[in-house]
Amino acid sequence: MAATTEVRDEAQMIAKILAGDSQLFHELIRPYERRVYVMALSFLHNEADAEDAAQEAFLKAFRNLSSFRGEAKFGTWLVSITLNEARTRIRHRDTIKMESLDEPPDDQGHTLPALLRDWKEIPSEALERKEIRLLLQDAITALPLIYREVFQLRDIEQLSVNEAAAALGISIAAVKVRLHRARMMLQKKLAPELKQVAPKRRWAWS
Amino acid sequence: MVIECKHVWEHISGYLDATLPPDVLEQVQKHLEHCEICSAILDSTRNILILTADERVFELPLGFSERLHARLEEEIRGLAP
Repeated sequence: MAATTEVRDEAQMIAKILAGDSQLFHELIRPYERRVYVMALSFLHNEADAEDAAQEAFLKAFRNLSSFRGEAKFGTWLVSITLNEARTRIRHRDTIKMESLDEPPDDQGHTLPALLRDWKEIPSEALERKEIRLLLQDAITALPLIYREVFQLRDIEQLSVNEAAAALGISIAAVKVRLHRARMMLQKKLAPELKQVAPKRRWAWS
Repeated sequence: MVIECKHVWEHISGYLDATLPPDVLEQVQKHLEHCEICSAILDSTRNILILTADERVFELPLGFSERLHARLEEEIRGLAP
């Protein structure tokens, strides 16, 4: 069968599912599997918990599909279900220190970036190396929750500022401020680390 | 108007998202033209954002999709007789 470039009409798919074609739900969620899992993982820091939370989020989406209003995109709605699921689990998890959903009180100031004289581009091929992937994972998951969730939605899931604000239930201004801090925290941590580990071989001319 | 490095740092996110007002953008650009440090901060931040957005950073566990759809199938069959 030739590859088709059909446009997904999610509103129509949802209408059909609600009308009884439940099997279509499998297709509806396929493009979101990764997004939901990664989001759960960045909260829960544990693959098994993240997988369980992701499954639960999809099940809740199925059970509550009739309450989905077409105002938001299905993907955004799914994001907010996943956020709720992950947050609930964090709150209920008593084995680890509870993370505050509020702004850390000692973090009112600015995050100063790591100062560098020069920067040599690190190409995406560097991600073939596990140590580089781990550096990035660790840096993201080490962000305080309120910054991590904004970073996750904006820079990993590529949601718009408005969509991220809606999913998180915070103002657009708060999204921008938190995103900026998250990015600066990552630059501060990662720029020196990447500079150290990346240039094992020479990229292009230098 | 000339701005200092620390003021440029406050605008790095806005610069990358292209949301700075024209007058601020001009100041930041002028500063970047002659400031190696701020240019390196900007470049490294941009580079880091490209890397962190790459799908390879977080991979789905093996069999994730199969397990998910199996669980959904149970749910669907349970709800739709």
